[in-house]
Amino acid sequence: MSIKVLIPTPLRPYAGKQSIIEVDAQTVGEALSDLVTKHPDLRKHLFSEDGKLRSFVNVYLNDEDIRYLSKDATPVKETDTITIVPSVAGGR
Amino acid sequence: MSELIDGSQVTLSNEEILRYSRHLIMPEVTLEGQKKLKAARVLCVGTGGLGSPLALYLAAAGVGTLGLVDFDVVDYTNLQRQVLHFTSDVGRLKIDSAIDKLTAINPFVEIKRFDTYLNSQNALEIFSGFDIIADGTDNFATRYLVNDACVLSNKPNVYASIFRFEGQASIFATEAGPCYRCLYPEPPPPGLVPSCAEGGVLGVLPGLLGVIQATEVIKLILGAGEPLIGRLVLVDALAMRFRELRVRKNPDCPVCGAHPTVTKLIDYNQFCGVRGEESEAAVSAKIPEIQPEELKRRLDAQEDIFVLDVREPHEYQIVNIKGHLIPLGDLPTRIHELDSSREIVVHCKSGMRSAKAVDFLRKSGFKHATNLTGGILAWADRIDPSLPKY
Repeated sequence: MSIKVLIPTPLRPYAGKQSIIEVDAQTVGEALSDLVTKHPDLRKHLFSEDGKLRSFVNVYLNDEDIRYLSKDATPVKETDTITIVPSVAGGR
Repeated sequence: MSELIDGSQVTLSNEEILRYSRHLIMPEVTLEGQKKLKAARVLCVGTGGLGSPLALYLAAAGVGTLGLVDFDVVDYTNLQRQVLHFTSDVGRLKIDSAIDKLTAINPFVEIKRFDTYLNSQNALEIFSGFDIIADGTDNFATRYLVNDACVLSNKPNVYASIFRFEGQASIFATEAGPCYRCLYPEPPPPGLVPSCAEGGVLGVLPGLLGVIQATEVIKLILGAGEPLIGRLVLVDALAMRFRELRVRKNPDCPVCGAHPTVTKLIDYNQFCGVRGEESEAAVSAKIPEIQPEELKRRLDAQEDIFVLDVREPHEYQIVNIKGHLIPLGDLPTRIHELDSSREIVVHCKSGMRSAKAVDFLRKSGFKHATNLTGGILAWADRIDPSLPKY
């Protein structure tokens, strides 16, 4: 099914400058996989070389961190939104 | 949370009662709440973008003791958003500029001055004199330092961070709640997330987030409302949308979990790979460079040199030396526009992006690509002072 992935500002340059990308998936893992297939430049910002999600990037399904759900295997519904939340430090 | 601040030993003068009358008449504050504000000791780490509105509003609200940590000097480019500092303060220590303004707003506030660089040797001692820490810093190493020191000292960390036109805010390091490492166990490698100088920032954004921080500090002191514990607020100022995500305490968190492995402050520069930044410098040290004077001399001598500008179009509009513009991100797909037999001098704003471009070009077989040391800023400094700097 088609669901939305929200792209945070620091990653938009690698996602064709878009803030929302529609992907085809049944699980969060499939959604992210479809995302980096559509936008290959995103891959190294989201995944390390061994294919694991980078630890300074959090992925939320609606308002819950997928770490506390079923991670990649978390199923998605059509009304769901995936949000990528990277860490930023700016304060000055 | 059980009572964080005990205001019972505090008295308010008639002047203070008048000053804070708009607080006192609200059931959420009352005289008792204002006494808590006066009894509270809040440390503001950073007096820049976030620190400015944060400290201004905490002083106005009557926080009794405000600690300020900042070693930096007011720079002209700060004035676009660091509203504690005026044009006449350029060149002064930020902390002195801050103290002047905060005292003028509210002479009843006691200010504790730390014109020092917060580090693992002094953080715990500095934190020990305060009840709440508000993090307004601008780099990952300090954010992890502040977080860990807060957990180890058992003091709440009121956090906000910004990037361009988006911000985050939350409260970390309360006993039952998560800490910063529960959300982000590790920092990104250096160079991946640009600073405000590199990425730019909407001037009003730290204003928005800094006041959210001040609000949360005040709520913690008063014990009022629903504080952002376990909640991450995401602000998109361009869309003016506020979203909330849940932050859970990680039972395996190395700092605040059930079995912590970090029991004292570590070397945060190493943790954040700032040494990695040094190796980036080593990489750019291997990149062949040309000084602005040398480029000028050779251009004046009509030598056949192709000048490549790898900045963004909006930067080109501000100032340019008529180079051929291919933004760094587009270089891989537009490399065919370049002739590898020609001498190519690559420049950007200050020489960092162009170093990456030259590295890429050389690896793609462009044997005659060199990097303009110091970029267009150095050119404006040394060759053509009529050009604006930005």
